[in-house]
Amino acid sequence: MVAAREKYSVLLPTYNERENLPLIVWLLVRSFEQSGNNFEIIVIDDGSPDGTQEVAEQLVNIYGSDKILLRPRAKKLGLGTAYIHGMKHATGNFIIIMDADLSHHPKFIPEFIRKQKEGNFDIVSGTRYKGNGVVHGWDLKRKLISRGANFLTQVLLRPGASDLTGSFRLYKKEVLQKLMEKCVSKGYVFQMEMIVRARQLGYSIGEVPISFVDRVYGESKLGGNEIVSFLKGLLTLFATT
Amino acid sequence: MTKLLQWLLALALLGVAWIALTLEPLPPPWPQLVWPLPTYLLVAFGCYSLATVGHRLATFNDCEAAARELQSQIQEARADLAGRGMTF
Ligand SMILES: Nc1nc2c(ncn2[C@@H]2O[C@H](COP(=O)(O)OP(=O)(O)OP(=O)(O)O)[C@@H](O)[C@H]2O)c(=O)[nH]1
Ligand SMILES: [Mg+2]
Repeated sequence: MVAAREKYSVLLPTYNERENLPLIVWLLVRSFEQSGNNFEIIVIDDGSPDGTQEVAEQLVNIYGSDKILLRPRAKKLGLGTAYIHGMKHATGNFIIIMDADLSHHPKFIPEFIRKQKEGNFDIVSGTRYKGNGVVHGWDLKRKLISRGANFLTQVLLRPGASDLTGSFRLYKKEVLQKLMEKCVSKGYVFQMEMIVRARQLGYSIGEVPISFVDRVYGESKLGGNEIVSFLKGLLTLFATT
Repeated sequence: MTKLLQWLLALALLGVAWIALTLEPLPPPWPQLVWPLPTYLLVAFGCYSLATVGHRLATFNDCEAAARELQSQIQEARADLAGRGMTF
């Protein structure tokens, strides 16, 4: 077929995702096989006590160690550094970042890729807030917080992207490397900072509407004072960028 | 320039314009109109915010179809993986 082909490295950070990991990997492999794109899946497991690692090894046996790469770490060190760790081992020229909890469906990846090619975008971001973007499984309170936080962010930062806290994105590898060097925040704010810095550095951002289905298995890890840390992070970005 | 500075600059410009207007000896109906201008602006912005968030909240797409599709694919994935020797 085509000579110099693109390769897409999917980074899957996992912490206690033994139920979800096989399912997301299966969906990923099917999506890539159908679209015919070259890919690899890098699983970064932070020593999950539920045996995610053992499930991941079974997946390597099924799909091969060229498709599924296990790059575990001994203990829970957080999402931001998990991406950095995974990226070091990525051999693709594009990197896709997504959650392993099935809220991000691999069926959108071909659309991300199409979008990227269409405008040679540096970043393609999935968005829940545009076009036929949808969310499933949220109660009114969570919807209100989500809408409110998004509005506040749009007003204060005018970031030029509609979904700042989402983490389903495709990056050119060198762009992601640059951004990782610059970004210092944690949690939701990290995703936000990536887009804000991307704008500062003059990178182009394309958007694809996605549906977001709340996790079915496992528990949320970002609990408790989510809102407080979100506001703190927002104000920090407001004052420093 | 940071976003904070941009905001402060814009507010300062508006403030200066407003003070200039209030100091201007304007004919009768105007001073009463100019004086509460900042309050009007604030209220207008508040209303705009509430309306925007409210509208977006009401029109939040909630899609059963995506969740159902995922459920059936989960079954499919389980069956296929089990056939390849995966133990859950
Ligand atoms: N390697 C690694 N992965 C993590 C860590 N924390 C979270 N994850 C993974 O990152 C992804 C996103 O985390 P979630 O807990 O789903 O966060 P969220 O989507 O904001 O919250 P919910 O979906 O509501 O639970 C999932 O795939 C997690 O397994 C971590 O410390 N290390
Ligand atoms: Mg999640």
